[in-house]
Amino acid sequence: MTAAVSFHRVSRHFGSVRAVDQVNLTIEEGSFFAMLGPSGSGKTTCLRLISGFESPTSGEIRIFGQDVSHVPPNRRSVNTVFQDYALFPHMNVRDNVAYGPMVAGVGKAQRHAKAEEMLALVKLDGFGDRKPGQLSGGQRQRVALARALVNEPRVLLLDEPLGALDLKLREAMQDELKALQQRLGITFVFVTHDQGEALSMADHLAVFNEGKIAQIGTPAEIYDKPRTRFVADFVGSSNVLPPEVSERLGGGKRWSSLRPEALRLVAPEGAQLSGTVTGLRYLGAGTRVAVDVAGTEIAALAPSGADIPAAGAAVGLAFDAGALHLMEEA
Amino acid sequence: MHSEARASTGLKIGAVAGLLFLHLPILLIFLYAFTTEERTYQFPPPGLTTEWFAVAWHREDIWPPLYLSLKVAAVSTALAMILGTLIAAAMARSRFFGREQIALLIILPIALPGVITGMSLRSAFAVMDIPFSTFTIVLGHATFCIVIVYNNAVARFRRLSGAVFEASADLGANGFQTLRYVLLPNLGSALLAGGMLAFALSFDEVIVTTFTAGQQSTLPIWMLNELVRPRQRPVTNVVAIVVFATTFVPILLAYYLTRGGSETAGGGK
Amino acid sequence: MTGTSAILPERGLADRLSTLFWRRPKLLLLLLISPPLLWLGIVYLGSLAALLLQSFYSIDEFSGVVKEEFTLKTYGELFRAANMDIIIRTLVMSATVTITSAFVAFPIAYYAARYARGRWKAVFYLGIMLPLWSSYLVKVYAWKLILAKEGIITWAAEGIGAGFLLDAVLSLPWVGGNSLSTSFIGTWLVFVYVWMPFMILPMQASLERVPLSMLEASADLGASRRQTFRTVVLPLAMPGVIAGSIFTFSLTMGDYIIPQIVGTSARFIGQAVYQFQGTAGNIPLAAAFAMVPILIMLVYLALAKRGGAFDAL
Repeated sequence: MTAAVSFHRVSRHFGSVRAVDQVNLTIEEGSFFAMLGPSGSGKTTCLRLISGFESPTSGEIRIFGQDVSHVPPNRRSVNTVFQDYALFPHMNVRDNVAYGPMVAGVGKAQRHAKAEEMLALVKLDGFGDRKPGQLSGGQRQRVALARALVNEPRVLLLDEPLGALDLKLREAMQDELKALQQRLGITFVFVTHDQGEALSMADHLAVFNEGKIAQIGTPAEIYDKPRTRFVADFVGSSNVLPPEVSERLGGGKRWSSLRPEALRLVAPEGAQLSGTVTGLRYLGAGTRVAVDVAGTEIAALAPSGADIPAAGAAVGLAFDAGALHLMEEA
Repeated sequence: MHSEARASTGLKIGAVAGLLFLHLPILLIFLYAFTTEERTYQFPPPGLTTEWFAVAWHREDIWPPLYLSLKVAAVSTALAMILGTLIAAAMARSRFFGREQIALLIILPIALPGVITGMSLRSAFAVMDIPFSTFTIVLGHATFCIVIVYNNAVARFRRLSGAVFEASADLGANGFQTLRYVLLPNLGSALLAGGMLAFALSFDEVIVTTFTAGQQSTLPIWMLNELVRPRQRPVTNVVAIVVFATTFVPILLAYYLTRGGSETAGGGK
Repeated sequence: MTGTSAILPERGLADRLSTLFWRRPKLLLLLLISPPLLWLGIVYLGSLAALLLQSFYSIDEFSGVVKEEFTLKTYGELFRAANMDIIIRTLVMSATVTITSAFVAFPIAYYAARYARGRWKAVFYLGIMLPLWSSYLVKVYAWKLILAKEGIITWAAEGIGAGFLLDAVLSLPWVGGNSLSTSFIGTWLVFVYVWMPFMILPMQASLERVPLSMLEASADLGASRRQTFRTVVLPLAMPGVIAGSIFTFSLTMGDYIIPQIVGTSARFIGQAVYQFQGTAGNIPLAAAFAMVPILIMLVYLALAKRGGAFDAL
């Protein structure tokens, strides 16, 4: 497989701020790649480095093997779906979608036909004459998608594409984007701060923290085997245990993570861990039980239907040997 | 609900009286243009006539100042539109050292009273021995018109998400295509409005002009002379209506061009 | 998808220039900003420098020729009693006009900001903008007609039998006069009329930023309407009032047309500047006089900045 996008020791500094710091990254062709991280972690800057809106302070960015570090955005064969969609307010939907072919010099009839084709792809047939201001948020999102796809990019960049949509619509769009990517077979790179979205949509993801990539891998790898405390904390709501506790539980003297859903509530006598219930939070599908184990708070997810102890009760916690994941940090 | 949704009677009266105070005096000019009384400002007019419009039309001393005013306003507006747009483009899209100082410099010619701008230019002409001409008038007018165009353009820039320019580049447009297909269509009406306001301001300006015109007479200067030493008062009234209309129409058009935005609000003279 | 190159070809000069500007955004900025900066720098700042320079020259009293030598003599002349009178008269007038404007403007600004909705909002907006932008000279002229001895005010006063009241006002010392159009009262009225709209706009802007919920919170906590107004609305409107006062004060101080057309023969700073540079041919003294409003405004702006007025602009 060829790399669609690769970063070689890429840095982008703004004054003394290292927005992106010595990042190495390879995105395989045809993958659905997510860049996940809190705001200010450098994920958006990385996306803008690929599209060309930022230039690297140092390092090299390659798209399909070609160094594009000195190529302006208009000459890169990547296209972007912007966070606020950035539709041209003075053009109707058809002209918005036909913008790419227009600036490339394609004739009117031909580019309008192309635009209609793209609108059909995103299920917006018949909306060509509307102005962006007359569309709902979800419809604007589809127009932005059609407009970015019309140039047949080999890499599509999506900057928090679903951030402005409400929950129901967001879930529907997640499925649709995934299906679209599989159908077109092109590389999707999308930026998000929503870990659930990243895990469910991407086939590979990179977790960013303070300008560096904290971990890169498949969703399962990231979720089950976080490499650092930050990743364990940011992806899901894992229990992060200090080295002393890990050691006591049979691991090495390193930080470890233990997923709440891997913990079972048992009788305190003879349990691997025991403590007092300090808080309960009902989550619908289950109840999150916070347990104070010798000063460390550990959360367990009790499935619905299970017996839920009261606050202040003494409980034990059990887990399978493989559930305790030792991280790299000592 | 605590009664904040309704204005008190006192406030209503105050607001309406204030607006009437601002508008009624101007209406009086229209009445006086038709009076038969030639030498005083007698109210009510003893009779009404339309003859002054014809008299004004045939007064040969009115036409050259009118032409000069139109010429100065047109040239100053054109210059201000170019310079104001350039500086708005530079200021809207980037942060750089000295930005605040430049913003102050742009607004200074209208923030300081006209007499200072006028006297400064007058001093400079004296220091450099520059003779008065149409050019010296334009120098002053273009300077204080820049801020009008700038205010309109920069407000529109602010309203326009910066991402649309990136979107244009992303889709393959070079800088000139972005200028033509995205920037100008979005900026156009704001620029036109700025130009109209600048034209109105220049056409009407009298304070700076008295320092930069020398012996030349623009229409406002002609009017000022008539006010100080009146000859045919009703003719002055007719000219006042012409001046009023020449500034009123562009202002109204500018309002309709920028409706829904905040361009003209607060961006005073 | 087809295996085309990741880099699209460059098409002509426009693409090449765009690439150049993309690589060097500072170059584009420089190209954009140079012409207007050169204009403002040379024409405007250059002129201000010339003004400053001229104010340090003096005039030869016998030949009437400007002596181009540095001296403080011309500034010294400002302190003569007659010239100090002019400065003080101007300042008192500017302050009076500013305070009056604030009172007249407030109901308009408050109503427009808080209560005017939909069509009325547009009516108020145009109602404020049109007088602000319409011809200065025509507005002054209209007042000449109104205030004239034979004009509408005299007519109206006599019509309702209040002629004696008008006479009483005009016979007041200092501010009175032969008719309203030749008295300080007249000058003051016209100043308020012409510059007051500049007070409304910033006032309205700062009032519009007072969220309705804040007023409701005040009412909810038991404040009466009057208390809410005094303790919440007024303090929050203050930056707008100060910002507006910058305009009314500065514009009144520099005006010389209004007192020339409506008023007494006593002069204001603007008139002094105009007459010294014109008929008297004393450019240095005119320049020194013009420095007075500049210095006063610099102090005023510094004080206003502390009062947070610039947030309301």
